[in-house]
Amino acid sequence: MEEDHLVLPLSRPAPGAMGKTGTWRNYKPVIDQGKCIKCLLCWLYCPEATIIRHEDNSVSVDYEYCKGCGICANECPVKAIEMVPEVQGGA
Amino acid sequence: MVRIQDLPRKNFLMPGNAACPGCPETMGLRYVGMALGENAVLVIPASCSSVIQGIYPRSGIGMPILNIVFAAAAAAASGLKAALEIRGLKDAQVVAWAGDGGTGDIGFQALSGAAERNEDIIYICVDNEAYMNTGIQRSSLTPYGAWTTTTWTGKKEHKKDVPLTLIAHRVPYVATASVGFPTDFIDKLRKASKIRGFKYIHLHAPCPVGWRFDPAKTAEVAKLAVQTGLWILYEYENGKFRISPLSRPYRDKSKRKPLVEYIRLQGRFRHLKKSDIAVLEKYVDEMWEFYTKLEEIYK
Repeated sequence: MEEDHLVLPLSRPAPGAMGKTGTWRNYKPVIDQGKCIKCLLCWLYCPEATIIRHEDNSVSVDYEYCKGCGICANECPVKAIEMVPEVQGGA
Repeated sequence: MVRIQDLPRKNFLMPGNAACPGCPETMGLRYVGMALGENAVLVIPASCSSVIQGIYPRSGIGMPILNIVFAAAAAAASGLKAALEIRGLKDAQVVAWAGDGGTGDIGFQALSGAAERNEDIIYICVDNEAYMNTGIQRSSLTPYGAWTTTTWTGKKEHKKDVPLTLIAHRVPYVATASVGFPTDFIDKLRKASKIRGFKYIHLHAPCPVGWRFDPAKTAEVAKLAVQTGLWILYEYENGKFRISPLSRPYRDKSKRKPLVEYIRLQGRFRHLKKSDIAVLEKYVDEMWEFYTKLEEIYK
């Protein structure tokens, strides 16, 4: 196919356009599933789409790409998310 | 207002993009995807959002994008809409997504032209109140008193009221929104997508880097801007002006949170004197007086 040889300046949507952005993180969000009320506010406010929304509206974190901004922990109405330092004694 | 649980699960923003942690623009882009889905086609002029997309061959945004020069977002969107219509893609929703500089300063003539021609596009101004990706220079939408790298001692002029200029263009739909209230923004986007003609939405987007606050507080600062009465959510639709239900309580001055709660979270306001804060408080009162009157005129 001739088209295979065409080089177009056309990017396609894919995760990791800037690499594994999880390495940018100083603090990581840890969800206490026992406290979670499935309100989905963390999922809604997450600027990175790294809060994964499951079928039953429970949530988990995509640590490969989460940049650790902490908005999820700040917005959680029941304080079920804690920001934990990535390196003990560091950050 | 749409319930959070009813929002679509599909992601239109790719994780691992180039945005800073706590970025309000990626939040806003997610809501555009949730509201318009597969139909959205973005036109992005020079802005943080052109950086957020990341490096070829990947794109951090899951919507088709035409990147264009700073001054031409509304002009390019007008042309793109015409081209898509000729090709029979009538459902496509062309969305111009520009920053405050690309809207109120450099892109203003193209915006005004497209509004006057009543082009069938949605124009969203993501207002982070300065030129952030080039290093936090002042724009005409930077508020009074704010520090930027070009206003060391605080800006001396007030913020330009761009949505009001769009009301003066008498376009079918003008609205203000905030990343702190996503469901309100999504509702307004969905309403705009059903209206033919020019639609303008001004999205208030607090930037942790440029405003000097903790990235965890992006949504909190955005909510405080509304709750202190500084940022008024409203809709202007077919000649009728209405303050949105989320902002309506703050017409009563006693219901507003003190403005200092908003100011003290932000490093860009750290040098403000009491007299400067008084100027901003007076500005809030004047805005409310003006918009309450406007609501009476355009009811």
